[in-house]
Amino acid sequence: MAEYEPVLLANIHKLDSHRLATYEAAGGYRTLRRVLAEQSPAEVIEVVRASNLRGRGGAGFPTGLKWSFLPEDHPGPFYMCVNADESEPGTFCNRVQMELDPHQVIEGIILGCYATRASTAYVYLRYEYPLALERLESAMAECYEKGYLGKNILGREFSLDIYVHRGAGAYICGEETGLIESLEGRRAWPRIKPPFPAVEGLFRKPTVINNVETLTCVLHILDRGVDWFKSIGTPSEPNNPRDPGSYGPKLYGISGHVNRPGLVELPLGIPCRELIEEYGGGVRQGRRVKAVVPGGLSTGVMTEAELDTPLDFNGPLRVGCLGLGTAGVIVLDETYSMIDFLHNSCRFFAHESCGQCTPCREGTHWAVAMLQRIKAGRGRLKDLDLLLEIADNIGIIPGTTICGLADGAAWPIKTAIRKFRSEFEDFIRRTNPAGYLDRQPPQAMAMVAPHGNGSTRSEARSLKHEIRKK
Amino acid sequence: MPIAIIDGRELEFPAGERLNAIQAAERVGIQVPYYCWHPGLTVAGSCRMCLVEAGTRNAATGEISMMPKLVPGCNTPVRDGVVIVTQSEKVQQARAMVEEDLLLRHPIDCPICDKAGECLLQDYHFKYGQDERRADIRPFTSRRRDVGDVTLFVDRCILCSRCVRFCREISGTSELTVVHRGAHEEIDVAPGFPLHNNLSGNVVDLCPVGALGDKDFLYRQRVWYLKRHQGICTGCATGCSIWVEENQDRIHRLKPRENPQVNQWWICNEGRYSYPHVHNDRRLAQPRRRDTQAVVDLDWTTLPAELLQRLREAGRLAAVLSPYLSVEEAYLLATLVRGVDPEARLILGPVPVIGEDERFPNGFTVSAEKCPNRRGVEEIIARFQSGRITTFDAFPSQLKGGRIGGVWFSGGYKKENWIEDEKVRSLTALKLLVVQDLFPSAVSALATYELPGAAFAERDGSYVNRNDHLQSVRWAVRPPYGVRPEGTLYWEMLGRPGLYNARAVLNELAAEIPYFHVAGGPVPDVGVNLKVNLLAEQPEEIGVRS
Repeated sequence: MAEYEPVLLANIHKLDSHRLATYEAAGGYRTLRRVLAEQSPAEVIEVVRASNLRGRGGAGFPTGLKWSFLPEDHPGPFYMCVNADESEPGTFCNRVQMELDPHQVIEGIILGCYATRASTAYVYLRYEYPLALERLESAMAECYEKGYLGKNILGREFSLDIYVHRGAGAYICGEETGLIESLEGRRAWPRIKPPFPAVEGLFRKPTVINNVETLTCVLHILDRGVDWFKSIGTPSEPNNPRDPGSYGPKLYGISGHVNRPGLVELPLGIPCRELIEEYGGGVRQGRRVKAVVPGGLSTGVMTEAELDTPLDFNGPLRVGCLGLGTAGVIVLDETYSMIDFLHNSCRFFAHESCGQCTPCREGTHWAVAMLQRIKAGRGRLKDLDLLLEIADNIGIIPGTTICGLADGAAWPIKTAIRKFRSEFEDFIRRTNPAGYLDRQPPQAMAMVAPHGNGSTRSEARSLKHEIRKK
Repeated sequence: MPIAIIDGRELEFPAGERLNAIQAAERVGIQVPYYCWHPGLTVAGSCRMCLVEAGTRNAATGEISMMPKLVPGCNTPVRDGVVIVTQSEKVQQARAMVEEDLLLRHPIDCPICDKAGECLLQDYHFKYGQDERRADIRPFTSRRRDVGDVTLFVDRCILCSRCVRFCREISGTSELTVVHRGAHEEIDVAPGFPLHNNLSGNVVDLCPVGALGDKDFLYRQRVWYLKRHQGICTGCATGCSIWVEENQDRIHRLKPRENPQVNQWWICNEGRYSYPHVHNDRRLAQPRRRDTQAVVDLDWTTLPAELLQRLREAGRLAAVLSPYLSVEEAYLLATLVRGVDPEARLILGPVPVIGEDERFPNGFTVSAEKCPNRRGVEEIIARFQSGRITTFDAFPSQLKGGRIGGVWFSGGYKKENWIEDEKVRSLTALKLLVVQDLFPSAVSALATYELPGAAFAERDGSYVNRNDHLQSVRWAVRPPYGVRPEGTLYWEMLGRPGLYNARAVLNELAAEIPYFHVAGGPVPDVGVNLKVNLLAEQPEEIGVRS
């Protein structure tokens, strides 16, 4: 597949790629002109639906279907939220797009808004992307000047304003209803569904939330046609009528222990091994792969033996991962401890849990506490079963939380322990030879410690000390 | 009618009624545990205690298809053909998990927690929790923080966010909020903006665990010693339904009693903390006669007859019917003085009005009129005086002619010296002044007979609130030694047999006075609205009232 010609990243290597002139010289905004002149919003939705485009934000929900959920007879206004709160560890696709080709993003947004009849779009931008903010805003200024944004775009009935809203660094704001709450000025506690945002979203109006990359895909579908889009990627499984397939180009981020980390655009379905070897330059210092996170931390890990899995929407599912996620591939080489990996992962999700639902708030925290103890050399074999039990019971898939953050927290635990159990067990046996088989419940009085003998802080301090010693 | 299937039992419910799975299950007698849901607040769906399995039954084939995942009962609307399973193993496991999670960092300081005994965390743990603690997160901290009107025990909190939603949706003051994130989350207030509003006490009732402590009740009484009695708050003309919780005739707290027609689930702080006057040492507790110089302590056994005698000798009579009297007492007193003097004047006692009505965003209103029964007493006076109601302000001018010789003054006012001296100056020249009140005041100082009266929780009777809603209650605590409730005294003086029976009096006046007609039937715990039926059945009586 070396001959694949990038589409989404076609412009990024040009000089001044973020300027309108550069973008227009490469044919930018011609799709917008043509679509506004020739196609109705319903026709645009039909095209997108026919393309089987699936959202690039992680869940892979068909975009055309999402748009068709908007109520027909609602008086409006409709809102478009562009999810640019890209905070999944290992993911940086949108960042490159927004920083190096902001006009492509904006054209995608305008087309998306045209299709969904939205006259206001909010770009929820991750706080840590100051350059993207700058580039987007200057690009928007150019667009307003040129008449691509504002009242009666290109002389048509359609008007659109885009506002860039900068987040404040919370992972949960990337969850669509958390994003809406945050936009409304509240604490980003995801909303309980139903009602879904398409019916009652931002400011209680019908709202569509799309990822940046999804909207740029929409642009290229409208530009090059459904047939072009469907010629790329993995077709749907013939014996599963509900599978929309994995069509189109996808941005893959490669990071971790590889020689050439970076972002590449490839057709969906590239095998993970090929991605690492050919596009990531192989594992650093010629080592072997131990584990690979296929698509952002929350999707879990694959082992070396599973590396031939195609990275499309179904591939990682077949090896027990959460899905393709955001296609941010993180490679861990053989020197890396899975205990450290899991501890780090759990710490991230416990820190980012919004704290609304009990199982996620407490479960993620408990997992960290347990892993901290395991790392400190006081682990017990039964802890692994407990960790798995926690992981199996939190998230929207078992139905115990409102949003998917807990699923994201659970999958690294499940996959790491199930696939690398012997490593965990060896570690526990080695570091806690006296007590690794301990099955007694903790003594109640030992935990109360009423006179400060081992209060939280000193307890934590001694734990940290022990960790450092190991 | 639509039918829902809950644990195999069929529930028929009226079409168009909005029920969630918790409410529907309750109708068929199945309890679904929950923390964060509350019928009066928006759905948060975050505690995950009410997880159930849900599915639908195909109307044509009768085939049941269940959803693979658990759903929160609080956010699952019940429609025709919905199937809810609340007892399956999967559900039980989920509940056990939530219970275990909630106890991970909970201090479990039940022995010193006020909520112990009525704590949902305790109850559900015994019912749905696991036997063994598997976590060794330790140790526990139990921090206490003053957030304004209430005390917050930070670590007992389970983050159900009921109190936060209450402050946003019901009181509209938004003081409480959640700070930090994840397991570090806490309830707190912004610096300089403490929880301070007239409904703040409700957050303590809303708290399913012991996180929010009532500063008034804190460490006062273990809840299992308390007995609760249905009561009515007599703090204002709204007449909220309350629970009077007492132990050995001492009230320890008042709590709201759910009444969709009056106060929903809430009461104001003013009413909630109004009970201490019941146990005030300054209360009158000894019937006394003030003769020319001497003050004579009297005995209740001979008093009714003596009073009757004096009333007969006094000549023209007048009775001041306090708006604190129940309708039964007002009726008995009116009957009593009219029995002695058929032309006795009936006067509506002073109606305390402070400020203006305080209305909250959800419609809850604290009335400016600080007495419970102006409407009821007015109607009784109107009946006896063919529609003419004399207010207390107009009373002195009626006394001026010197025709009135004896006045029976009923009180019930909740504080000392509740009336200014000049307002009662006209009462000095009377031949006989009988005052029955809670506290010494300018009126009782003038009284020939100073009789101790009963407080609100010590009386049987009915009250009519500002919206013509009548509620009946029985006494909750016995009056202090030496006090005879108004109703009992009037009953004896009227020579009626046996003990004072408020229900019998209510029947009597319901038969006699059309306004109270509805109250002749059964009066449910939430009371009855008198006006609805009055409009329907007795339109001509409206003219008499106005």
